[in-house]
Amino acid sequence: MLEIKNLHAEVEGNQILRGIDLTVKPGEVHAIMGPNGSGKSTLSYILAGKEDYEITEGSITYNGVDMLELSADERAVAGMFLAFQYPIEIPGVATMTFLKTALNAQRAARGEEELSTPDFMKLVREKSKDLKVTPEMLRRPLNVGFSGGEKKRAEILQMALLEPTLCILDETDSGLDIDALRIVSEGVNQLRSPERSMIVITHYQRLLDHIVPDVVHVLSKGKIVKTGGKELALELEANGYADYVGEEA
Amino acid sequence: MTAQNQRVLSAAETGFVEAFAATHGKQSDGLSEARRAAMARFEAAGLPHRRIEEYHYTDLKAKLRSAIALSARAEVAAPGALGEVETQGRLVFVNGRFDAALSNVEALAGKISVSAWAEKAEAPAHDTAAFPRADALVDLNTAFVQGGATITVAGGEKLEKAVEIVHVAKGEGASFSRIDLVVEAGADVLVLESYQGDSGAYLRNTLTTLEVGDNAKLTWVKLQEEAESATHLASASANLGKGAELSQFLFDAGSGLSRSQFAVAFNGEGSNAALRGVSLLKGDSHADITLSVDHKVPECDSREYFKAIVDDKARSVFQGQILVKPDAQKTDGQMMVQSLLLSESAEVNVKPELEIFADDVQCAHGSTTGEIDEDLLFYLRARGIPEKEARKILILAFLGEVIDELDDARIGPLLTSRISNWLHV
Repeated sequence: MLEIKNLHAEVEGNQILRGIDLTVKPGEVHAIMGPNGSGKSTLSYILAGKEDYEITEGSITYNGVDMLELSADERAVAGMFLAFQYPIEIPGVATMTFLKTALNAQRAARGEEELSTPDFMKLVREKSKDLKVTPEMLRRPLNVGFSGGEKKRAEILQMALLEPTLCILDETDSGLDIDALRIVSEGVNQLRSPERSMIVITHYQRLLDHIVPDVVHVLSKGKIVKTGGKELALELEANGYADYVGEEA
Repeated sequence: MTAQNQRVLSAAETGFVEAFAATHGKQSDGLSEARRAAMARFEAAGLPHRRIEEYHYTDLKAKLRSAIALSARAEVAAPGALGEVETQGRLVFVNGRFDAALSNVEALAGKISVSAWAEKAEAPAHDTAAFPRADALVDLNTAFVQGGATITVAGGEKLEKAVEIVHVAKGEGASFSRIDLVVEAGADVLVLESYQGDSGAYLRNTLTTLEVGDNAKLTWVKLQEEAESATHLASASANLGKGAELSQFLFDAGSGLSRSQFAVAFNGEGSNAALRGVSLLKGDSHADITLSVDHKVPECDSREYFKAIVDDKARSVFQGQILVKPDAQKTDGQMMVQSLLLSESAEVNVKPELEIFADDVQCAHGSTTGEIDEDLLFYLRARGIPEKEARKILILAFLGEVIDELDDARIGPLLTSRISNWLHV
């Protein structure tokens, strides 16, 4: 279970998060919606352990462990996974090599045995099929020359391989056409399970047609200003964020 | 008042002058005349210092403080294999002298002729134009050369497997060796050269001349893996014939002080030289790579691609000169130097020099110096890869681009594993 309490964060003196409270139980899918600049991506980076932010107040615990004490890689080992809005291109690192390194690093950190190359290849083949990630993509340097859709599919493939228990999807729908959105959403839905929580960050309701959330939050100016069921997303789609942003202004 | 005009020799300079008088002053060998002339030039000019343009960033007069004796003959165990490379034939030099017992030149018979020497009496008379400009390191080499080899690859011989040249240093002292490599027309050879030594504070001075004949191809890979306390001073020159191809790779990872200078001249049209390398520097090591490419004739391509990893208080110096003479139309000269600084005290000096006297040419140079990209690092860490390992992955990827461009399956794995080993230390 993820518990965020009164989280305040700033970057270079600018306060971005102003007191976030959020509890995500195992198996739940929470959507976080909000206008540009409301702090959605900052929240996802802070959860994943990016070091550019200063946490001035509050706490993040996951399964009882203080996440703020852990580095990004330790959080990944603890079960967190951030699907990046803009997956980073890493020239010179073949996608396949990267996947194997990441998986085995996590296994090693958990005291599990490393996967042999044949077992790993089998696993990747199996997981890539549904996501339409081709062997050719796996041979290319990580995300280099990938289209927007390929990058997002590769992110979900990483998620499927690493089997995190808390998935944070940061605007996974951005840059996707309808077909790609369907493939990616199906990939995400396959990973839904009673043990796995998800935080889906998005501008638009359309992603939530595919990945149906249990809870929807509206984030504005660094605070959650409204929480509701999946129908809240429809209401936002119809009326925009003006009502909620206005309250704060 | 003449005293004011007289240069005061430093301890190191005096050491060389005295060592010469003791060793070569009166005795004669095949090189006597050349030795004496070279020593006279050295005595007049001294060790190069920062006011000599080519040595501005590598002030050898300041860096070589004390006199260093000439190395003695030494016996060493046979050096191990250099890596997973198929080889044929091996030349081993110990403290500058050819060691016939550790070498295997019989395997080359019929394809490559080797004439090696380790005794002064055997020293061949060398030409004086081994290097295109007056240079103290070349003069010192000529004055003191203790051993060498002339290696000639017969015309048309295409050899897949590498010829190994291993230079071993043992103990302290200065060693001087010279290799003359001739690749005759239409031949194709891979030379894998290694410089290694035990932990002594030795000095090595080498001179290499390369003749790549018409339509011949030479791949020259040099592994500079000297001991940390060693000084490595290497000069090399190459002359390329018509349609010749030179592919050079420098793995520059040893010695506290190194200077690798290489001058390439295009003498025949349609030839191609690619000089590449990686420098891996840490501690307070200082590594200087100084290149000059002389485009004398039309339609030749030169490519220089070097990357450096500079950690701790180390300093990387790169100087690259491309000279395009009036006749050298349709020249394509490209130079790229990229450095990654791993510490705030690390330093990089890059000096590109393009002198172009022809109008129909393509020449470009570029240089980048930066730190490891934090966004890349975060991405890898967010996938569970610990910071230390993530840094290694990114460094390997950064350097790997040069090896990828070299695109030679025979030596790529050896270079990659060398880099991995260095990173794990």
